[in-house]
Amino acid sequence: MTRPLLDVRELKTHFSIGRGGFMRRKSLLRAVDGVSFSIHDGEVLSLVGESGCGKSTVGRTLTHLETATAGTAMFDGRDILNLSPAEFRPLRRDIQMVFQDPFASLNPRLSIEQMLAEPLFIHGLARDRSEARERIVATLELVGMDANSMSRYPHEFSGGQRQRIGIARVMILTPRLVIADEPVSALDVSIQAQVLNLIKRLQRDSGVSMLFISHDLGAVRHISDRVAVMYGGKLVETGKTRQIFETPRHAYTQRLLASIPRFGKRIGR
Amino acid sequence: MALLDIRKLDLSIARGGELLPVVQGVSLSVEENETLGIVGESGCGKSLTALAIMGLLEGTAVRIAGGSVHFQGWDLLALSPEERRRIMGRQMAMIFQEPMTSLNPVYRVGDQIREAILQHRSMSRRQAHERALDLLELVRIPDPARRIDSFPHQMSGGQRQRVMIAMALACDPRLLIADEPTTALDVTVQKDVLELIRGLQARTGMSVVLISHDLGVISETCDKVAVMYRGRIVEQASTSALFSNMSHPYTLGLLGSMPALDHDVEWLDAIPGRVPTLDETVLGCAFHPRCFAAKATCRTEDPGAAAVSPAHFVRCHFPQGSSS
Repeated sequence: MTRPLLDVRELKTHFSIGRGGFMRRKSLLRAVDGVSFSIHDGEVLSLVGESGCGKSTVGRTLTHLETATAGTAMFDGRDILNLSPAEFRPLRRDIQMVFQDPFASLNPRLSIEQMLAEPLFIHGLARDRSEARERIVATLELVGMDANSMSRYPHEFSGGQRQRIGIARVMILTPRLVIADEPVSALDVSIQAQVLNLIKRLQRDSGVSMLFISHDLGAVRHISDRVAVMYGGKLVETGKTRQIFETPRHAYTQRLLASIPRFGKRIGR
Repeated sequence: MALLDIRKLDLSIARGGELLPVVQGVSLSVEENETLGIVGESGCGKSLTALAIMGLLEGTAVRIAGGSVHFQGWDLLALSPEERRRIMGRQMAMIFQEPMTSLNPVYRVGDQIREAILQHRSMSRRQAHERALDLLELVRIPDPARRIDSFPHQMSGGQRQRVMIAMALACDPRLLIADEPTTALDVTVQKDVLELIRGLQARTGMSVVLISHDLGVISETCDKVAVMYRGRIVEQASTSALFSNMSHPYTLGLLGSMPALDHDVEWLDAIPGRVPTLDETVLGCAFHPRCFAAKATCRTEDPGAAAVSPAHFVRCHFPQGSSS
């Protein structure tokens, strides 16, 4: 078998909580406590679990938004966890993150064009404005947005359109690994479906690898090749998507699947 | 006579000197011990309808522009707020999506439940305390004698929602309105809370209006369903009739948007486009710009409600499903 694009071994991210101080014990939160998984080229792995299980911390640790306590994460054969910020910076183009609300971390006074041009200039992918613009128009089209949205501002867009722009900002860099953390959870049902279809299509067409972090089992089934189920900072089960959904082995996975409301099932009557 | 009977309710919001309709001609009824589900996406008017029933639109920009709301035979819209509180205060209760924003963070949950009891019932503080303990037990909070002194932040989201339910049940209401009660909760907790509501209903005989964006939740808990889109009910039927014969293209679109759990679906049948904003006028049927079945008529004429079967109504010129 070929070498995986990302190979995470025994990843631990611990936080100390509480104020500490004289005679006061700080307690340790083991958010991620020995997690191992790998993602191959062009593969979509979902990390699924309930709030507080540590799934988002895995994504945030891999992108250096949190500091790993232990473990390794080999990306293309190189451990990315111990890199200095300067060493990690060039890799940011290859490892991109999609958030639930893409605009929470972006300057609301930038137009969509400025917002999409910024990463191109930072990573030296465009020499001037016209070159950037060409690429922006093409990427906007890819995510189903009109070229004339370039001159508009974030507040002028609906939730679904904002997530499309957020995805454009990621895809414009042609990353090798996308970490998507609950990318559709804030959207309305009908818009969720549009964006899920879009993510699936872009992933297939570009062949980018993806770590899809979600609590939504329906979305997970729809999008992933393999699924890792997380509970209390640890992975309890990993398998092919169909196997996880049709013959779950771990009691927690079984309970999770049994909890999803389904049609034709009635509670309490 | 139905416990709750809403006829042709119109709500408008005042914006920039003009009144924009947000709920139009909504008619609903809930019988004793029945559960009505209202399903729809943000801005469809489902929560505003609930707030209108509860009399909670006071002080907002939303006005009741027409229609009637009868509860146990009382014309609610004709009552003054004081009369309403006196007569209805203990008969209907409401719980919301995020219990943390409805609970006061600086008071112990016991104090808040006792306050809800003493607001509507004359009893001693000691009796109220006993009642609060009973209620916590009823909503299955473990170790109520200890948890009654907890602050909201010391509880999990599921427990906080249970406390909200306990407060809502403090006066044995005849009607419980639950607005997305489990949306902020994990699925395993959601299941427990829905089971709790169903169990309490079986015990007390109260009626429930459950508002949700999730067809799965609706299907599992409700006797009948109203589907809302842009301020109108577009389809209404018993749960079994709706799920066996969905007729409105929007209802079908909602279903198609949900990924399947028990089989593989290559692409989701998403509804194209987006809900028009309030100030965008759509002529004809409000759903036509996103509808796969739209024809010329849909662009000019707003469809009326038509019966698919005796208790199944749809507002569409070209209803889908087996009876069309």
